[in-house]
Amino acid sequence: MRSDRGQKAGWPLTLAAAGGIAFLHLPILLIFVYAFTTEEKSFQWPPPGFTTQWFAVAWNRPDVWDALILSLKVASIATAIALVLGTLAAAAVARTQFFGREAISLLVILPIALPGIVTGIALRSAFSLAEIPYSMWTIILGHGTFCVVVVYNNAVARFRRTSSSLIEASMDLGANGFQTFRYVILPNIATALLAGGMLAFALSFDEVIVTTFTGGQQSTLPIWMLQELIRPRQRPVTNVVAVVVVLATFLPILAAYYLTRDTESVAGSGK
Amino acid sequence: MSEVAATSILPKTDGPLGRLSDLFWRRPGLLLLLMLLPPLLWLGIIYVGSLIALLLQSFFAIDDFSGLVVYEITLDTYKQLLIPANFDIILRTILMAAAVTVASAALGFPIAYYAARYATGKWKAVFYLGVMLPLWSSYLVKVYAWKLILAKEGILTWIFEKLHLSWLLDAVLALPVIGGNSLSISYIGTFLVFVYIWLPYMILPTQAALERVPGNLIEASSDLGATPGQTFRTVLLPLALPGLIAGSIFTFSLTLGDYIIPQIIGSSRLFIGQAVYTQQGTAGNVPLAAAFSVVPIVIMGVYLWAAKRMGAFNAL
Repeated sequence: MRSDRGQKAGWPLTLAAAGGIAFLHLPILLIFVYAFTTEEKSFQWPPPGFTTQWFAVAWNRPDVWDALILSLKVASIATAIALVLGTLAAAAVARTQFFGREAISLLVILPIALPGIVTGIALRSAFSLAEIPYSMWTIILGHGTFCVVVVYNNAVARFRRTSSSLIEASMDLGANGFQTFRYVILPNIATALLAGGMLAFALSFDEVIVTTFTGGQQSTLPIWMLQELIRPRQRPVTNVVAVVVVLATFLPILAAYYLTRDTESVAGSGK
Repeated sequence: MSEVAATSILPKTDGPLGRLSDLFWRRPGLLLLLMLLPPLLWLGIIYVGSLIALLLQSFFAIDDFSGLVVYEITLDTYKQLLIPANFDIILRTILMAAAVTVASAALGFPIAYYAARYATGKWKAVFYLGVMLPLWSSYLVKVYAWKLILAKEGILTWIFEKLHLSWLLDAVLALPVIGGNSLSISYIGTFLVFVYIWLPYMILPTQAALERVPGNLIEASSDLGATPGQTFRTVLLPLALPGLIAGSIFTFSLTLGDYIIPQIIGSSRLFIGQAVYTQQGTAGNVPLAAAFSVVPIVIMGVYLWAAKRMGAFNAL
């Protein structure tokens, strides 16, 4: 299809593209430098000196640990809910034609298509109307809602690529619906679900806008960071937490990428 | 019954699971219903229910004397959106969203074009991850990084100083409206951070659209005597437009609803998101907050409708 393989890009384009990629990455790298600075009160550049003491200080802060644990709990439960709901919706939409199919895809996508603040204030006003007290579960209700779409997107793409003849063959050979699901469908969609689940986890772990509305007085890790940004107490600790958060989100993203990279090559999965 | 038919028809499956499976096979509609019910219940009750509750609240108004919500249907709250102070907030947010969208498209296009046309093999993966990692890394950490960069004692001021360009920075900051005391409390700062954070959302759909442009179209255009500029305007840009529009949906919508970036980096003048937040929080005027949040919904509704007509959804 392409006759231009091996052709080189002109230098202005190369420069613009490389510059753009650098623009996307340099600010994040800067955080790593600041985590080691000896300066406490300001964001002075260049840092006057380097130290690793802030990692120890951050390690001994109970408020950081509490926020981290709440974030992990919320993200795990929200991901589990999203996996179940997203897979069910994807299976229904990908396999069959029915009235209102488009409306269901729209409904699933809506929570991330609309600004997060709309989702947040909508949930908050619903909670106050229904007089539901804020708890970990109100946060999970919000997170579950917008995590469904990432699982759904991954699963629906995989379902479309999985040949339906595999399922027919399984049924012809005497497997019932549950056996077919367990031995044929699940292995086919497993990596897509794993990737979707990791993205959902990363999304929930990082969410701040909806959480400010549904969290009440509780702090997830992003809420803790937001409070530090608005009213800084100990800046170096914030730097250290930022570095840990960056590393913790990079790993699932890299894993999700490698899981979905070569998915065309499953034998018999082509349509 | 012949012997062939007897062996080719499988025996009835037994056990409760088997019978259930048979039932689903005979009635696929039942299985479909059972599969759709949980996600529909969740999204329908929790999400759509909340949205409707929100919409309803925007038709109530707050009593000026008691400060309590009066539960009567009225359009008074929407009228309040039109008073100058509130209308300025809406206008400011839309202008910012438009500026951010244009800047993201200009910055993102070369990256998307390079990745789609020239990057192969290992470089393709580098570009993909190079866009995906900033996209997925923590939003607050990215905002925080920019607070470090834009601070008065931060790296940007230092760079300008080393290049002996401090006068340029001072001149930019002295500009009316968009300038300020330092970059981190000016509109320029807010704008930079918005562009930085939403740029990957522009690159990905643009790249997807550009991947589908065959390289020989570009060659044919230059064979027929078009200058690179003409090729870009008449061939490349029209074909990439659905992708750019798809990307602009994200950059526009995300800027409209964000209230954290202008709160942390920017002047004290409010954006829609901040107005919603203060109205429902400290001001306690939930109807006005609800009416404010209807604004982005309406704008995005119109925007999505226009984008659909231009075929942008095929590039998502």
